[in-house]
Amino acid sequence: MRGPVRDAALAAFVAAALALPMLGFRLVDSASGLTLAGRFDLVAWAAGLVFAGRLGLRLLGGLLPSLPALPAPPARLGDMRRHAGWALTAFALVLPFLPFADRNLVDKATLVLIYVMLGWGLNIVVGLAGLLDLGFVAFYAVGAYSYALLSQTFGLSFWVCLPLAGLFAALFGLVLGFPVLRLRGDYIAIVTMGLGEIIRVVLQNWQDVTGGPNGITGIERPSLFGLSFKATAPEGQRTFAEFFGLEFSGDHRVIFLYFLILALALATNLFTLRIRRLPVGRAWEALREDEIACRSLGINPTMVKLSAFALGAMFAGFAGSFFATRQGFISPESFTFHESAVILAIVVLGGMGSQIGIVLAALLLVGLPEWFRELQQFRMLAFGGAMVLIMLWKPAGLLSRRDPTIRLGDAG
Amino acid sequence: MLKLEGLRSGYGRIQALHGIDLEVREGEIVTLVGANGAGKTTLLMTICGDPRASAGRVVLGGEDITGLATHHIMRKGIAHSPEGRRIFPRMTVLENLQMGAATADPAHFDADLKRALDLFPRLNERLDQRGGTLSGGEQQMLAIARALMSRPRLLLLDEPSLGLAPLVVRHIFEIIRTINRDQGVTILLVEQNAYHALRLAHRGHVMVNGRIALSGSGAELLANPEIRAHYLDGGAA
Repeated sequence: MRGPVRDAALAAFVAAALALPMLGFRLVDSASGLTLAGRFDLVAWAAGLVFAGRLGLRLLGGLLPSLPALPAPPARLGDMRRHAGWALTAFALVLPFLPFADRNLVDKATLVLIYVMLGWGLNIVVGLAGLLDLGFVAFYAVGAYSYALLSQTFGLSFWVCLPLAGLFAALFGLVLGFPVLRLRGDYIAIVTMGLGEIIRVVLQNWQDVTGGPNGITGIERPSLFGLSFKATAPEGQRTFAEFFGLEFSGDHRVIFLYFLILALALATNLFTLRIRRLPVGRAWEALREDEIACRSLGINPTMVKLSAFALGAMFAGFAGSFFATRQGFISPESFTFHESAVILAIVVLGGMGSQIGIVLAALLLVGLPEWFRELQQFRMLAFGGAMVLIMLWKPAGLLSRRDPTIRLGDAG
Repeated sequence: MLKLEGLRSGYGRIQALHGIDLEVREGEIVTLVGANGAGKTTLLMTICGDPRASAGRVVLGGEDITGLATHHIMRKGIAHSPEGRRIFPRMTVLENLQMGAATADPAHFDADLKRALDLFPRLNERLDQRGGTLSGGEQQMLAIARALMSRPRLLLLDEPSLGLAPLVVRHIFEIIRTINRDQGVTILLVEQNAYHALRLAHRGHVMVNGRIALSGSGAELLANPEIRAHYLDGGAA
């Protein structure tokens, strides 16, 4: 009993030390200017809650892993997961037409899908190749700015810019991949984090090109084979509503954007599923497992790492140009380290390498906070709490079992 | 087939090999025995180009491969089964074997797979199992089978007996003999288990502190009283 109490007291002390500057003081606007007022009751509450929580966790901790009795995994888990994948895809396809799907819901689903796609992209780098990339948002930013700048400077359409944005992001992936080649594990994380910040700072300060902190506004919206989603079509174009004889509605674009990101995300998924069966993809996974063994088998780790970096970056670039065209406005603020951290959390919580796990994690980490906006300032608290709980409950991620890429029957 | 001339190498400022001259002829099993830290593993690694030799030459089939990058060297008919096996633990046995064939012509894959599985029937039963769940002996079999998947002419084996039960060690050494005799693969074997290694090898060398201290046929070295005193008595039989 003494051990847990001491441990909880220690945790409470740390919580109090953290809460003191964060919660304990408050600026009050009084007649004589700003004065500092204490809110030490809140600090005491924080410390007390942490003490009770920590103590409870220690005492009940042994029960936690066994508490939520999960159904035993069936013999062919891979099959079940494939069915789940098809079911989810089908659901995603009909979602905008379901009775309860309003504009708000489709919009939120679009946001979740952006993160699903980013998660799948980062999964190539982190989940498959095992390179801990904390600067992934940089490629997302490169994609977004590529589209915005190309579209505004040269008047290129979204469909021309999309592959170009992917290409630019992949090139950045190659360039940023080089310094990382000699590093391993934690060191990769630090360097990529720095590189990600460099990109953001450059975007913020290169006023002439990127617009600096003001960002870029009025980014062209995408069209469907030349059909515009505006109320009135520009010169020489027709609107989507006209063409199909529908009454104009702003919802058309929202639904179109939803299907666009769904298609992009599914393409990412398909690519990953295919490439895992090809020598490159297998080499990524082998590299994650054991780099020295890879070298002794004649694999060139440089090529393997760079290809993972570049391809992961490419998908972030696609997602970035989608983000730019959806928002119509981008600024460096959308590409902070926090975004990288969220994407990485999605991959890690999803179970490093599991495609469906990433979908679940994205729903949890991006979808839930959106739905729980009513919680207001406690939103991030719930977010953090959910992450801690998942890691306690499933330390290896939601779905951590890796599917083999080949089975006995396939090999002959 | 393989010739080392005055080979020196090491890690940073620490030199591990002080001029090694050694030859492995076509069809032979040559073994290197010696205590911990004698430089045996470093020697194999230097042949593979990691670390690079600081002086001397590695000549493979008449071609100087000293300065080549590891992944180029490993495509020249050399395969390496590294110390500690280093199989891919989260990948299945079959995937591990596929990785072994990464540099080989895919057209050979089925034939090579069959050959490897005939050699190690135990792996055949475990093809869908993850590498990390195999027993130590099975992992060693997998490491050797994986190395064979690239159709090497020269196989470098680093301590295949490490951490295995005596019965399993005997079995593994039997298979090494088969690989050499029936498949014509030349073998350079590094071992601490001097008794088994010398019994198997055509020729052997004893390494001490980064130098070759003694050379001779396997039988000669086995009979050498000095070797018996240092490496065999107590550890043998």
